[in-house]
Amino acid sequence: MFEMTQVTKAYRTDLLETHALREFSLKVGKGEFVAVTGPSGSGKTTFLNVAGLLETFDSGSYRLDDVDVSKLDDDARSRVRNHKIGFIFQSFNLIPDLNVFDNVDVPLRYRRMPAGERRERINSALDLVGLSSRMKHLPSQLSGGQQQRVAIARALAGDPALLLADEPTGNLDSLMARQVMDLLEQINGMGATIVMVTHDPELARRAHRNVQVIDGQITDYKPYEAHSASVTVLHPPAADATYG
Amino acid sequence: MFAYDLRLALDSMKRHPGLSALMVLAIALGIAVCTVTFTIYHAMATNPIPDKSSQLYAVTLDTWSAERPYDDDKPDLPPQLLTYRDATYLYGAKAAPRSVVMYKSGALLLPERNGVKPFNAQLRVTSHEFFPMFDVPFQYGQGWDAAADAGPQPVVVLNHETNAKVFGGENSVGRTLKLGKIEYRVVGVLQPWAPSPKFFDLNNGSFEDPEDAYIPYGWGKALEMPVYGNTNCWKPESGDTYQDFLNSECIWLQFWAELPTIADRDRYQAFIDNYARSQKAAGRMPRKLNNVLYDVGQWLDRNDVVQKDNRVLIGIALLFLGVCLVNVVGLLLAKFLNAAPLTGLRRALGASRRDIIRQHMTEVLLIGLTGGVLGILLAVGGLAGIRAIYGSDFTRGSYERLTEIDPVVVLVTLALSLLAGAIAGLYPSWRIGRTAPAVYLKTQ
Repeated sequence: MFEMTQVTKAYRTDLLETHALREFSLKVGKGEFVAVTGPSGSGKTTFLNVAGLLETFDSGSYRLDDVDVSKLDDDARSRVRNHKIGFIFQSFNLIPDLNVFDNVDVPLRYRRMPAGERRERINSALDLVGLSSRMKHLPSQLSGGQQQRVAIARALAGDPALLLADEPTGNLDSLMARQVMDLLEQINGMGATIVMVTHDPELARRAHRNVQVIDGQITDYKPYEAHSASVTVLHPPAADATYG
Repeated sequence: MFAYDLRLALDSMKRHPGLSALMVLAIALGIAVCTVTFTIYHAMATNPIPDKSSQLYAVTLDTWSAERPYDDDKPDLPPQLLTYRDATYLYGAKAAPRSVVMYKSGALLLPERNGVKPFNAQLRVTSHEFFPMFDVPFQYGQGWDAAADAGPQPVVVLNHETNAKVFGGENSVGRTLKLGKIEYRVVGVLQPWAPSPKFFDLNNGSFEDPEDAYIPYGWGKALEMPVYGNTNCWKPESGDTYQDFLNSECIWLQFWAELPTIADRDRYQAFIDNYARSQKAAGRMPRKLNNVLYDVGQWLDRNDVVQKDNRVLIGIALLFLGVCLVNVVGLLLAKFLNAAPLTGLRRALGASRRDIIRQHMTEVLLIGLTGGVLGILLAVGGLAGIRAIYGSDFTRGSYERLTEIDPVVVLVTLALSLLAGAIAGLYPSWRIGRTAPAVYLKTQ
């Protein structure tokens, strides 16, 4: 699915140079669920930003879906982000003025998809996360768990090859966190590749594979072979279920 | 995508109504000031007879005093008007393919129609070439001929409004009306016609209405008709009789020649110079030879129809618009940067820089267009205010015409407001388009 080789990334100011990633190499296979753990400041989020083409890197190579994306210009990176990557953020990052339907619609708009196809995809993504009945609600009218499920629907609507989740349960209480994790596992069970950054060991254990990052380097790396962790596939939440 | 961008623009304007209103108002004020200034300038600077403006010449002779120039501020310029004796000679010589001699006068008009009260009609006492030379459009009938001038014959041409007032707008050719003591036969009725500026007679206000009626030039002398305009004399004259007035060095007549080619003009210049030399030899025209033929554009310049102040005002208005735009740029930057986290999110979700710039430019152009429309409304109000305040101080029609908003000005204004919006929005949109998607995602 993707392969990073010897990737380095440093942030520079006039006085300071901070190495966020040092010769970072990671291969993730199609359909894998990988948890990236590590202490604060270890480079987890930088890795996720680089993987999501939100940031460039200084050296090394990065192949995504068999395409070298290292040298793409800004427009091409935007297209790859839009077509191949779905993001789930810790703080949901929904647009507060748009209702649930329109929030899920945002990435599809930039794909210039016909209205009918967009509607179909949004409906099925919201069905999957159990929020079909909340399409006209604004984010402020939803609980944290529901907002994160909208964000997941938004990430899924474009049918991306790769889902990147940055502390997806970080702003949720334990019950809602578990439900969101159940949903991610279910989505992974349907074939999606997921890379999740977390510092919660309990959540990390639910992934197929754990990768630990310290000081911008992987310290505990097992190359991808096959699913080693047990996977619990749960039933999707009821269509109109309300969490929290 | 445009519909989506437009929706986002409207949502954004609704989300920050105060800020959006400020920007719209800033553009509207700049546009309104420009529109008012442009409207007045446009009305003043319009070529009133574009097809013939380079063939029609105001004829001037420097007949003024040896001691001082006609105009102390512009000592090189000859007077704008001619004496009766010079005008009569030039007209009689027929040295131009066509020429016209004329002045403004007036008489009591006594309508034959019941219910229409007599009124003091403004008259143009003119030779018959006036109508073909100035392309005056007729609704009914036509002008008169040289014989009617010489007679003089009691014929009259009415303008559109006078015909409507006196004859109810009917074809009045062949009907009669009384002007003073003479009964005139109507030979022609004009279509609505009001060249602006009123280039052929700038003595009574450059933008006043044309006269109510036109009568043959011969009536001026025959009836000793008064001059409704400037009469300037540089020395004491005996004014006992009308003939004394005609023989004097006082100037009061407008004289125009139609000279289709440069060769015609050069020939005519030589002709008036020779005439002036002959007058000098006879003891008249003590100043150095200074006879000028002005085409219409030069004539408007010579008479300061568009004053320097008006040109300066255009500059000030554009400067004011510039100040407004600088403020709008500041407000836009504040607004867009305030929404940078959302822009970062859109970038993360796949929006390209071009998408972001287009989205923001749509908003800016919408603000510009709204500002433009509001600006035009403010300008209409401003022009109405100018009419209300100053209208009564000026001659008939002048301020109404000057302050009428012109469709061309409206179109230019809307284009200007879009351009203003585009200029104001370009940098903020480009700047926000460069938002790095990762920077704001944690804080959004």
